[in-house]
Amino acid sequence: MNNKERMELAQWASNFAIKKGATEAAVAISRSRSVQVEVREQKLETIRESTENSLSLQIYRNNKYSGHSTNNLNKHQLETFISEAVEATQYLSPDEDRVLPDPSLYPEDMSKNLELVDPGYAEVSPEFRVQTAMETEQLLRQGHPDILSATARFNDNTGEGVRVHSNGFAGEWANTYFGTSASVSIMDKGARPSGGFWAGQRFLENLPKSDEVAQKALEDTIKQLGQEKIASGRYTMILDNRIAAGLLFRLFQPMSARNIQQKNSFLDGMLGKSIGSEHLTIIDDPLIVGGMASRHFDNEGIASQKRTLIEKGVLNSYLIDNYYGRKLGMTPNGGSTSNILMAYGNRNQEQIIRAQNKAILVTSFNGGNANSTTGDFSFGISGQLIENGRIVKAVNEMNISGNFKNLWNQLIETGNDPYPYSSAQTPTMVFSGVDFSGL
Amino acid sequence: MNKEFNRRDFLKTGGIAVAGGILLPSMLTGCFSGPGATSPLSYQLNDYLNHFGVTQKMIMDVIAEGLSRGGDYCDLYFQHNINNTVALEDNMVNRAFSNVSFGVGIRVISGEQTGYSYTEDITLNSMKSAARTAANIASSSAHMKVMPLAEKQLPGYYKINSPWEEVSINDKIPFLQYMNDKVFSLNPAIVKTNVSFSDQTSYILFANSEGIIACDYQPMSSLNTSCVAEKNGQREQNGYGSSGRNDVSFFDQANLDRIAREAVESTMILFDAVAPRAGEMPVVLAAGSSGILLHEAIGHGMEADFNRRDESIFSDKIGKKVAESFVSIVDDGTTLNNRGAINMDDEGNDVKQTYMVDNGILTSYLHDRISAKHYGVEPTGNGRRESFRHMPLPRMRNTYMLNGPHKREEIIESVEYGIFAESFTNGQVRIGPGDFTFYVKQGYLIENGRMTRPIKDVNIIGNGPRVLQDIVMVADDIEMSEGGWTCGKGGQGVPASMGQPTVKVSRITVGGVNA
Repeated sequence: MNNKERMELAQWASNFAIKKGATEAAVAISRSRSVQVEVREQKLETIRESTENSLSLQIYRNNKYSGHSTNNLNKHQLETFISEAVEATQYLSPDEDRVLPDPSLYPEDMSKNLELVDPGYAEVSPEFRVQTAMETEQLLRQGHPDILSATARFNDNTGEGVRVHSNGFAGEWANTYFGTSASVSIMDKGARPSGGFWAGQRFLENLPKSDEVAQKALEDTIKQLGQEKIASGRYTMILDNRIAAGLLFRLFQPMSARNIQQKNSFLDGMLGKSIGSEHLTIIDDPLIVGGMASRHFDNEGIASQKRTLIEKGVLNSYLIDNYYGRKLGMTPNGGSTSNILMAYGNRNQEQIIRAQNKAILVTSFNGGNANSTTGDFSFGISGQLIENGRIVKAVNEMNISGNFKNLWNQLIETGNDPYPYSSAQTPTMVFSGVDFSGL
Repeated sequence: MNKEFNRRDFLKTGGIAVAGGILLPSMLTGCFSGPGATSPLSYQLNDYLNHFGVTQKMIMDVIAEGLSRGGDYCDLYFQHNINNTVALEDNMVNRAFSNVSFGVGIRVISGEQTGYSYTEDITLNSMKSAARTAANIASSSAHMKVMPLAEKQLPGYYKINSPWEEVSINDKIPFLQYMNDKVFSLNPAIVKTNVSFSDQTSYILFANSEGIIACDYQPMSSLNTSCVAEKNGQREQNGYGSSGRNDVSFFDQANLDRIAREAVESTMILFDAVAPRAGEMPVVLAAGSSGILLHEAIGHGMEADFNRRDESIFSDKIGKKVAESFVSIVDDGTTLNNRGAINMDDEGNDVKQTYMVDNGILTSYLHDRISAKHYGVEPTGNGRRESFRHMPLPRMRNTYMLNGPHKREEIIESVEYGIFAESFTNGQVRIGPGDFTFYVKQGYLIENGRMTRPIKDVNIIGNGPRVLQDIVMVADDIEMSEGGWTCGKGGQGVPASMGQPTVKVSRITVGGVNA
């Protein structure tokens, strides 16, 4: 089935739902094909290939709402599926905010080519995937004498789909994805530190090559050797650009309209106010050419637009979906983020490290959580201790704890090194006076 | 993002589930044509074959195709999964979700190598095509014989009296409304309540090249309630949930009242919470959900795939003394109606109670078929998968510590300054270094042998083998967690559970503030 046929099926499904009693309906149909190979000890450990279909359906019946999905696209079976979905919806409570988005929110122009499909995707051969992973794994094994286990993977995916709303929206999308990754374990006096590297891109040619992947995975592991916890205390925290998104994304849940409406956010009432230092500027840009999270519309059909979520510490915008936007009396602007960019500073990580007297470079999070209602957080970490501008020791088994209301005000610098292999292009970030617990 | 690395996530389902849905019984219409197929609870093997539209001959043909390139083992995992969720927010049951998925996963093993493919189109041609893809893992002229299929009879670790397909949305709505009213009645400070109810039914038909064919009916249900309270301009949010392989009779008034009370009490106590000191201190783990300690500190590291690859901190410790002699830790697939209970594992093996630590000695890894063969031992029934779209891996089921010689009171009295950890949201471990964490949502300070002020939102981090050595007291009050735990590994989530008596760890690092 191609997107044209999917579009016809989605139109039919939407019409059928209306015929069965729905007031409005939204239908999305997609297909995703993925392949993954994994190599260990110069042997294929796994090959995995699959194709997945999905139809999802939102029913609005006199302001009553339900959502359904199935992987069975047989029209005859769908008739039953849709009939029952419409039928079941009537038993729910009516809620006047349960309607499709106003058509004015849909994109007017989707002609810009976002270049999300690698035209060479079909020519990627099974041999190429295996050979790439074999090469990476061999380089890993040669990289250190005490390697216990080395694994390299190559995976790719191609997906396409359509979305149809009964009040006048019809859109389609397609993309390709390539991923490469490596992980290594090294014997270290009884402990077996493991590290790795991964990267994803829409175009194969932009993916880092085997030597870079192996090199970065080895570096990530070797720098963990000898790790142990050190004294509890307040330290300057340098957050590695590769993992900084993990912390940044914790801000998005309390920014969502749902959390605001459900009184479940420490950012309630903070619109237009300062929630962080002047170094904190966050931009959501869904229209970047070739971007990992680029799109013309989101999963409600709402038009994508570039927006500055936080500017020099001031909260400019919540993430507002249709339903909770209506509840809050705010215009929906899309409830989810896409490509994340930040305001970048002037120095790279190495220069930042050289300038520190004493600090901890955090290179990995290990569990932990954050409370979106109060802003409290506590995360496990590992990384390196920096003294007099130099990395002196690997540390692990420590926590950082505090409250986001303070932490984002303690952001004193961002690097000039956005991480290129992810939809969140976060730089190295520096925070002053963070509570670390260890010994 | 990190799932490709040796990092294991453990997430509890939140207050609002996002998948699942309404009752769709007629998705089954036309599938079952076997005699006696009146209630899914009484379906026999023939009903399952009819359900998936296959015959034993077709299955054997597909297995033969899977072995055509010289693989030494092949299995087929047919699954039909139906999820339903109904949820309440702002005093209204105003949303419902359903998901139906249907397909067959085909796996071929050659030595320790795995080929995997699946199809959502259960026809002979599609299955054979998927089998050829999986077959490519092997390249040998050897030909394994496909054994004739014989039905494996399964035990009944989750017998229920009424299938979820027969409980209509109308039957569920009143008890969500009841929960909402109950929560608001318990404390005037409550300003928001969310209630969500999910049920899942999974029909499974399994067959392999060794001649096993078996069918299983796996039910699951979860009720989660969360609330937000406001007091003096401050807000706090928390909740409580209960999940298991139960039928609707589990959700009687006493259980609903108890869940509502737990949700409210666990929220209100947070208003008085203080932050503990940062650093190492004694930690007392309450009976029940603190079995998360075992799941992270030892369970994942004992999964034998990590060990056969030399990646785990436990790789060289079998037969060694790792804890005091009063410490015994098991992983058990047989606990009745528990979230982690399974009648067979997802590669056709019997489940059992597996001792990982027996009286202080490290005894057994948790095996799947590949690792059991690698070590030359019997499979332990830990080969599990998220769905037909995934290949089995060694996974935990219900992990718990057996009772020990101490009393809860004497454990608390033995602590001068430390914390008492009571409820948890998530945990994680790094397999190789062995450092693991779990997040304490709520607990208490212990000062001079007494539980004093509440604490909230602190992460605890320790090293697996070291913490096992530092378990210095174990009480005799074991409880199982009823939380809706889902264990994540390699991008796959499977339902699991855990339990523990009250336990004292002499020192472990607690996230807190520095004076």
